[in-house]
Amino acid sequence: MADLVSHPDEKKVVSARFGKGAANIERYLELDGYQAVQKALALGPDGIINEMKASNLRGRGGAGFPAGMKWSFVPKESAKPKYVLCNGDESEPGTCKDRLILEHDPHAVIEGVMIAALAIGAKTGYIYIRGEYRYLVDIMRKALADAYAKGFLGKNIFGSGRDLDVYWHTGAGAYEVGEESALMESLEGKRGIPRIRPPFPAVVGLWGGPTVINNVETLASVPHVIMGGGEWYANLGTPKNGGTRLFCLSGHVAKPGVYELPLGYNLKKMIYEVAGGIPNGRQLKAVVPGGSSTPMLKPEEIDLPMDFDSCAKIGTFLGSGGVVVLDDTTCMVKFAQRVIKFYQHESCGWCIPCREGTDWLKKTLTRFHAGGGLKKDIDNIQYLAENMLGRTFCPLGDAAAMPIISIVKKWRSEFEDHLNGRPCPYGHEEEKQLLPVLSH
Amino acid sequence: MPPVSEKLDAFFTEKMKEYPTRRSFLVPMLLYTQDELGYLSREAIAYLAEKTDLPELEIRNVISYYSMLTTKPRGKFNVQVCTNISCMLRGAEGVFAHCKKQLGIGHKQTTADGVFSLEEVECIGACSWGPAMQVNYDFHENLTREKVDKILEEYENKAKQ
Repeated sequence: MADLVSHPDEKKVVSARFGKGAANIERYLELDGYQAVQKALALGPDGIINEMKASNLRGRGGAGFPAGMKWSFVPKESAKPKYVLCNGDESEPGTCKDRLILEHDPHAVIEGVMIAALAIGAKTGYIYIRGEYRYLVDIMRKALADAYAKGFLGKNIFGSGRDLDVYWHTGAGAYEVGEESALMESLEGKRGIPRIRPPFPAVVGLWGGPTVINNVETLASVPHVIMGGGEWYANLGTPKNGGTRLFCLSGHVAKPGVYELPLGYNLKKMIYEVAGGIPNGRQLKAVVPGGSSTPMLKPEEIDLPMDFDSCAKIGTFLGSGGVVVLDDTTCMVKFAQRVIKFYQHESCGWCIPCREGTDWLKKTLTRFHAGGGLKKDIDNIQYLAENMLGRTFCPLGDAAAMPIISIVKKWRSEFEDHLNGRPCPYGHEEEKQLLPVLSH
Repeated sequence: MPPVSEKLDAFFTEKMKEYPTRRSFLVPMLLYTQDELGYLSREAIAYLAEKTDLPELEIRNVISYYSMLTTKPRGKFNVQVCTNISCMLRGAEGVFAHCKKQLGIGHKQTTADGVFSLEEVECIGACSWGPAMQVNYDFHENLTREKVDKILEEYENKAKQ
C-alpha cells in the first residue's frame, strides 16, 4: 500500500476520505457516503447534468473534456441499452492517482458511476481496473458486494423504482486500453485496438449502445459536485477549470507523492514548496507536466498555473496530472529513449505511423544515446516525430511524438554532445550494457 | 473436466451473466486462469474457447495482445521491475541490474529451480514511490539494493514452505 503525504496548501476533496478506512462501507456511510446518489435521484437527469456543467469539471484522464457536456451528448431515447464505463486502466508513466482513489475510496467511484448512470438513463455500469492493480480489483469486488448487500445497487435503488447494476472488470496489461474506444474493445473481450470515430461512444459505444466513459478521478469527483453544488466546485479552481485535482509528483523531488491541489496551482510552487524542491543540492533541468505524453518544460517555463487552458497556452498539456521532475544529472537523450521505448512497446500496431514511427524513433534514439549517432539523426528524429502527429486513429501516436519533439527542440545541445561516438556525458553504465549499439 | 478448479469455473459462469455477450469476460478469465495454472496452457485455451464459443485462434489472438498474459510457464514468483521514467530517475536500472545479478537470470528468464522469473516492465503506477517492483501482484516500493535482497529472501523462504 502506497504512503500518503500531505501539505498545508492541499484542498482535500477527492482525497478527503483517504486514510480514514472508507473502503469499509459502514465507515463510508459515516463519512456521508451514498448521500450524493440520493440527492441525484431527487435532482433527476437534467438537474444532475446542469450541476455537472456548472461545476466545470473536466476529464481527469488526460483530455480535459467537460464531463457535463460529455454526458449531455448521450441521446435521451435509445433502442439499445446505455452504459457507464469507468476507466481505471491507469497506465500513463508518471501517473499513480487513480490507484489511491480506488484503494482509499472505492465507494466514491461506485457512487460516481451511479450518478452518471442516473444522468444518462443507463441501467448498467462497469468499473474497469488495470490488471496489475489486482489488490484494487479485490477491494472493488468487496465494495460492490457490500453495496449490493445494503440494497444500494440492484433492483429499486433507494426506493426510487430505478434498477441499477455496477460490475467490476479487469484488464491484463495494455496502456492502449486506457484510450476510450480501445477500452470498450477490451471490455468486449477483444484486443484493445481503437475504433474509428465518429461515431463517438456517447452515441455508439459498448455493444453498440450509448456509453459514457470517464476516468476514475472524474467519477470520484462527481459525488462531491452533487453534494456541494456545481458552483461551489467550480469556484475551487479557475474559470473553465473547476475543482481540484490529484497531482502525482515524482522523480527528483524531496517529497514525492500524490497531492490534491486546486486547478491553477502554480507549478513552480508545487515543485519547490509542496514537493520540497530538488534534493542533493542539484538544479532543475526539466519537467514533465502531465504524464509522459505531454511536451516537456524548461525551468524558465514553470511559473505556470496548472490548469488545462494555461498549459495549452504554452504548448503543453495538463494531461493526467503526472508531474515528473528531472534534475541536472539527467541525460535528455536517454530520457527521450526511455519514453519512446515505452510507446513502442505499447503501440497496438493498428496504424502504420505509430507502429513504424515509434520503432524507428526507439532504434535511432537507442543508437544515438549509445554513441552511434549522426548529426543528421537529430533533424530526422524531429521530422519523423512531427510526421506522426495527427495521423493515427487514437492519440497514442501523438502521445509518443510530442515529448520527443519537445526534447529535440529544447535540449538540442545535448544531442550534439552525444555525437561522433562520444559516450553519454551523463554515464548510465548499466544502461549501456542493456542497449546494444545498432549498425547504421 | 476443465483445467481450472470447479470454484473458478463456477465463478466464470456466474460472472459472464453480467455481460450481453459470452466473450466479454474473456480478458479477466484469461488472467484468472493464468493465476491458477501459472500460464495459459493449450488445455486452458481450449477450455476458454469452449466457454466463450470462440475459435482457439481468436483466444490466442487476444492473449498475444496483453503483456501480462503468457503461454509459457514462468517461475512461482514473477519479479517485475519497473524501469519507466519516474522509477528510472530514482535508480530503477540499478535495481533491475541487482535483481539480474542476485537471481542469475536476465529479462524474461526463469531460475533453474523454477522459483523466480524476472521481467523489466513498463509503468506499474507506483511513480511517486519509485523505484518499484511487483512480485506476482505484491507491490514493493521505494526500493534499495538492501530492500531488494530482503524481499527476494522472503519469497525464497515462501517457496520452501
